[in-house]
Amino acid sequence: MSKQANTSARNTKIMNRFDLTSRLVAKLKHEEAVVGGIGNTNFDLWATGHRPQNFYMLGSMGLAFPIALGVALAQPKRRVFALEGDGSLLMQLGCLSTIATLAPENLCMVVMDNGVYQITGAQPIPGSATADIVAIAIGSGLTNSSWAADEEDFERLIEQSLSPSGPTLIGVRIDDKPGTGQTRRDPVQLRESFMRGMGIRQGL
Amino acid sequence: MAAAEAQTTPQAPNKSWHGVVLETLKRNDIRLVPYVPDRVLTNLIKNIHADPFFTTFPTAREEEAVGIVSGAWMAGMRGAVLMQTSGFATLANVLASLAVPYQIPLIMFVSERGTLGEFNYGQSLVCRTMRPVLDSLAMEHHTVTRLDELEFIVDRSIKQAITTQAPVALILSPLLTGGKVL
Repeated sequence: MSKQANTSARNTKIMNRFDLTSRLVAKLKHEEAVVGGIGNTNFDLWATGHRPQNFYMLGSMGLAFPIALGVALAQPKRRVFALEGDGSLLMQLGCLSTIATLAPENLCMVVMDNGVYQITGAQPIPGSATADIVAIAIGSGLTNSSWAADEEDFERLIEQSLSPSGPTLIGVRIDDKPGTGQTRRDPVQLRESFMRGMGIRQGL
Repeated sequence: MAAAEAQTTPQAPNKSWHGVVLETLKRNDIRLVPYVPDRVLTNLIKNIHADPFFTTFPTAREEEAVGIVSGAWMAGMRGAVLMQTSGFATLANVLASLAVPYQIPLIMFVSERGTLGEFNYGQSLVCRTMRPVLDSLAMEHHTVTRLDELEFIVDRSIKQAITTQAPVALILSPLLTGGKVL
């Protein structure tokens, strides 16, 4: 609770990662892709119930948005959502500039901001009290970026992102709870399942 | 001699090393080419940009490009990443946690700095880390030194990466490209 300096995030409610992920998934009716970043972000995605259109990242911290960008470029007609932690995004801030330049219409990024590396012992991330991830995104050229004020606002922003609108980024302040489940750590099966979910591969 | 290319009259695009790489990428339907630039790759990058067949753009870091082509491949679009030696040195984590364990046919072209006339000591040191990293992950890699072998190596390596779902690094030696000199 110590985090968030004098930024627009200050007025946002502290929500919960699993609850928000559940709200997102409940709105997906057209086989939208969802890429979950390392650790709790994909654990909570897994815990909402496996969908073949979900991809779970078991390493490569910071690459949820780049992977989702690749999916979005390959399948411009499919909506692609990416879930990433604030600490993870700090590892790869440059990807925001790349995404802003390419401006895929079908990509929506959600940043789960708890200001800590929850999974390693809740140490604060750099800038947890001073940096504003949404302001960084806007400064990177992602003009359609905003904080979700509360759960209702989050659902409204997700609904907006379901129609082609250019890349969007939604910042959400979350509590410091760990993930609800644990993704099955079988990279080949996770990748194979996702490829079937993307409609480009059949089972044996 | 390809090595003298930079200093002499430009060859017909399809006969130069970069022309061969471009044509071989096309023939294998590799459309997505994110890169972190390198002086030696200038003509290749320029010509890929000029060809509407390709979707090509710079990324801020090499691992970002690896993430992008990995996502694209899983969604049905083939890609390759262009970089230089020092960029490869940033990739150990993403190779060991994404490309290798998820069995993704990541195709990398690495312009080799750090050898055969290197003038920057740091480049020559970082170059020495490249093959040990590739070998430690048992990754396929080839160093291309001759123009007459280039098409065979690139074409077969792309096909092998895709059919075996394993990453490959194609290291472009200064013997092929002319490299970068003071």
